[in-house]
Formats: sequence, structure tokens, C-alpha cells
Amino acid sequence: MTTIVDARALVREYRMGEEIVHALRGVSLAVQEREHVAIVGPSGCGKSTLLNLLGVIDRPTSGELSIAGQRVDRLSDARATDFRLRRIGFVFQRFYLMQALTARENVELPLAEAGMGGTERRDRALELLDYVGLRKRERHRPSQLSGGEQQRVAIARALANRPALLLADEPTGELDARTGAEMIALFERLNADGTTIVVVTHDEELARAAKRVVHMRDGEIVG
Amino acid sequence: MIATLAFASLRRHRARTALAVLGVAVSAAMLLDMVMLSSGMRESFRGLLLSQGFQLRLSPKGTLPFDTEATIRAADSLVALLRARPTVEAVSPVLGGQLHFPVAGATVTSTALGVDPAVQGDYELVAGRNPVAPDEIVANDAVLRALGRSIGDTVRAASGYDPQLRTLSGQRVLRIVGRVRFVYLALDQRAAALPIGTLRAMNGPGATDRASLVMVRLRQGADVEREREALLAQLRTVTVISTSEALRQVDERLSYFRQLAVILGAVSLVVGFLLVTTLVTVSVNERIGEISVMRAIGVRRWRVVAQILLESSVIMLAASPIGLALGLVTARWLNSILARFPGLPERIDFFLFQPSAAWTALGLLALCGVLAGVYPSWRGASQPIATTLRQEAVG
Repeated sequence: MTTIVDARALVREYRMGEEIVHALRGVSLAVQEREHVAIVGPSGCGKSTLLNLLGVIDRPTSGELSIAGQRVDRLSDARATDFRLRRIGFVFQRFYLMQALTARENVELPLAEAGMGGTERRDRALELLDYVGLRKRERHRPSQLSGGEQQRVAIARALANRPALLLADEPTGELDARTGAEMIALFERLNADGTTIVVVTHDEELARAAKRVVHMRDGEIVG
Repeated sequence: MIATLAFASLRRHRARTALAVLGVAVSAAMLLDMVMLSSGMRESFRGLLLSQGFQLRLSPKGTLPFDTEATIRAADSLVALLRARPTVEAVSPVLGGQLHFPVAGATVTSTALGVDPAVQGDYELVAGRNPVAPDEIVANDAVLRALGRSIGDTVRAASGYDPQLRTLSGQRVLRIVGRVRFVYLALDQRAAALPIGTLRAMNGPGATDRASLVMVRLRQGADVEREREALLAQLRTVTVISTSEALRQVDERLSYFRQLAVILGAVSLVVGFLLVTTLVTVSVNERIGEISVMRAIGVRRWRVVAQILLESSVIMLAASPIGLALGLVTARWLNSILARFPGLPERIDFFLFQPSAAWTALGLLALCGVLAGVYPSWRGASQPIATTLRQEAVG
């Protein structure tokens, strides 16, 4: 089985005024292809920091990180951007859809950025909206969608360029229990269909749906 | 997609965008007016000088045309000499003076121009005909109105008036044969023209063979500057100025106008620039999370920059036509005010519209629009993604 995430001794430190904050203290983690991993732990334990490093939107202070066989811990901004576009899918707690765009256009955004032509892009976006059950809502703007629907559009957007890794940061954090349960089911379906998922969560139900749960405390993996 | 996002961002706060566009339009109007002012008077004056086709003007040594009451001696022989030159097509001598018309116990005074009606370049005939006979005169509306006369009437005129003794000298009875508009005189300035011989005779022996100014029209293809130099070398008692030389002298006298126009134009451009920069920076700050998400999902930095530059440029370009229209309206209004300035030729425009002025203003605005987006686009595209998203999540 292919290793998708290979993190070795990741350290991330921030400077806050005179003080240095040790957000990650030598985290090592391996995630295999088609795995569904949940990272849990108390607030401030470094879960989101680790997710940011895995998503190549932040750089470790030290340590090595490979995603899908490529070293990513020292990529230039342009290469990191391209890597995120093609290999990483992001789902955020607050959905973060472009309010000015329709559901379909939101899904098309990363496809357009990747250079896909108009017709192909439209077909792919509709296919993804169909997958998340929102085909009929393609022309709706985020403000016309419920929270659960917005999160499903965000998932469709994250899957647009067939990423090697789907990262989700508290994806049920803004949803009610019923919609959260639907989201968990969608993540399970995604994983069953072959998507490798790493999710950061406080939601026990979502963590339980994962095949492996990683516990963090004080910037370290404790179990 | 980037264009869609840029336009959507502008539409998101319609009222704010509309106010910014209006603000920039006012700034653009002022810029256009200043560009028009910086070249308008010069071009207007140039058009005025060339309107009757005379390219050279001869005045008494050391003076500008009608700058003083000095006159050229032996003007007839000068005119004959000029007419004999193969490059010269027409020569028009002009004698300046005053006419006093006794009317019902009062005296109406007007500017008088003694001209050669066959080649004169000082007035345009509105009605009637040129004064051909020695006792004929043409006058503008201001004189006819003041005298209460019209074409066909006779009028008593004098070239001199002693206010202490209240006596007139050099009197003639003249017949009004035309209504005219003087090219180089102010709108409400009373003026009349009559054959130069008549005015000389009315002025007495001292004015015999005199002219205030001689205008020369060269044949097509003649080199004006070369002809000017040749005349300067040949004639010792006159100053010869060409249209370009006159413009140079006008340029010197109007240089403060241009400096003022450039400074005010630059100020209006800076105001527009700051307005757009502020608006777009506020807009970028409001959606910094959205921009960070775009970067997180793989949207390239330059596309973010392009989107924000597009927003600032759109504001500038949307404001341009409004500013252009507003600028033209205000220019016309200001022109009408300044046209009442005493002694200014009727045809002089301070704000002369030329396509080049509009293009210059548009070019400056477009450049300003792009530059106005530089800071906010840099700010938007250079935010650390992870930190910004964390702050957004906390906020």
C-alpha cells in the first residue's frame, strides 16, 4: 500500500513577541492510501497546525514531510500553490465558499485554475455536485444554501482535481447534529470510494467514523 | 473566473462602489479640465492667429501688435515693399485708434480700426458689405446698440475728444454699411472699422502714412520662419513676429497658467488614486479570509493580484466617461465665466477640448487605476495563508 503522508519529526514554532510558541514538538505520522484518519485532542494541542503543514499552507520549522511521494517541506510558494491545487483537497469548518459564485462555479474554480477547458470543467463540476447530492442546486449561491449544503459544495470543490489527500478541519463544527451525521456519512462514502482523508475534529462521531484516530496533546502525538 | 470574482466584489457593496466611482469621476473631470486648460489657451490663441490666414505680423520696433500706441512710419512704402515680394500673397495694414460718436448730448467711444477692406483680417462681415468709399464704416453690435443705429444710417464720428473742453476733433459724417464681428476683440468691446485712409485723415497730419500693425499672408509652401528672418534683416524699424514666435511669447506669459493646471491636475489624480486605493484596500481587508482560501485551494498569487488590479482599474475606467462628461460641462461653464474677463478676445477659450486631452486624461486615469491596486493586491496576495485562516476562524 502507498504511503500518502510521511511526516518525520515535524517541529513548528511561532514567535509571539519575545516568546516562542512550540506548536508541534517533533510529530511523526504516516498515512496510507485510502486511510481515513481522525486527529483529535484538546484545543491548542497542535491539530490544526499539523493539518496546515500537511496541506502545504505552512512550513515546518524543522523535520521532513512528504505527500504522495514528494518532499513538500521546502517548496517555493509557486510550487507549493501548484501542489495544493493538484494534490490536496481542503475542507474548512466555515466552508469558505466564494459568495459571488454559484455552487457550480465554486467547484469549477480549482478546475479553471488547473487549466481545464470550459465544457470539461462544467461536466466535472456537475459530476461532483451530483456525487454530493447537489446537482439541482448548481445555480444557487452560497447564501441560498443551508450550512450542510455549503459544506457539501466545499467537499465537491476539494475533490475537483482528484487530490491525493483530502484534509478537513472541523468539517462538522458549524453544522447541527443531523446535518453533521449526513456529513459523516459522506466522508465514509468518500473513503469507501478510495479517497484518503485526514480530518481534525472535536466531534466524537466523526472521529469514530475514521479507521484510525490519532490523539495529540501539547504539540505531540500521544496515541 | 477572476473577472467574475472582481466584478462580484465590486457589486457586493454597490453603494460604496458607486460613491467611489462618482468621487473618481469628479477627480477625473478636474484632471480633464486641467489638461484642457494647460494647452487650451495656447491652442485657442494659435487658432485665433491663424484664423484669417496671416502668418506674419509687423509692429513698431520692440513692441507686440497693439501693445502700445506706437505706430510704424512710412507704412505705405513698407506695404508696397512687402507686396512686391514673390512669397507674399496679401498684406493688410491696420491703424488703431478711437472713434467718438456724439449721440443725444453724450459721447459713445469705441475702438477704431483703419483697414484696407480688400485684404483686412480683423473682422468678419455679419451683414451688409465692406466699407469701400472713404465715408463708409462698419461696426459691431455693441456700437450699433449704443448708437441706436443700423445699416444704412449715417453717424457723426470724431477721432479725438477733449473731455475738459468737451470738443471733438477730426469729425466726419460716415455711413454705416455693415455689421461685423471683430476677431481679436472682446465680446462686448465697442469697435468699428473704416478705410485706413479715412482714419488717417481724421487723426490729422501726424497719422499720415502710419500703421499700427501690418499683417502678411504668405503664399502656400512659403517657409514662414525663413521669410520672417529675411524681413527682420531687411527692415530695421519694425519687429516681425510669426505665429510660432507669437505663441512662444504667449507661452511665456501663460506659463503660470500651465503650472497651475499641472499642479491641480496632479492633485486631482492623487486624490483619485488615494480614493481607489483606500476603497480597494478596505475591500481586500474585508475578504482577506476568502482570498486566503483561494490561495489555500491553489489559486496562484498572480491571479489574486490580477483580480484586485482589475477591480481598481474597473473603478477608474467606469469613472472615466462620467468624468469626461462632467469635465466638458464644467469646462464650458468655467469658459463662460472667464470669457467675461475684460479685454479678452471673444474667441479665446481657456478650456479647449481636443481629443488628445481626453486621451491623455484617460491614459493617466488608467495608469492610476492600475497603480491604485498595487498596494491592496500586494497586501491580499502576500498574507500568510495559515495565520490568516486561523485569525479568521478565531474572529
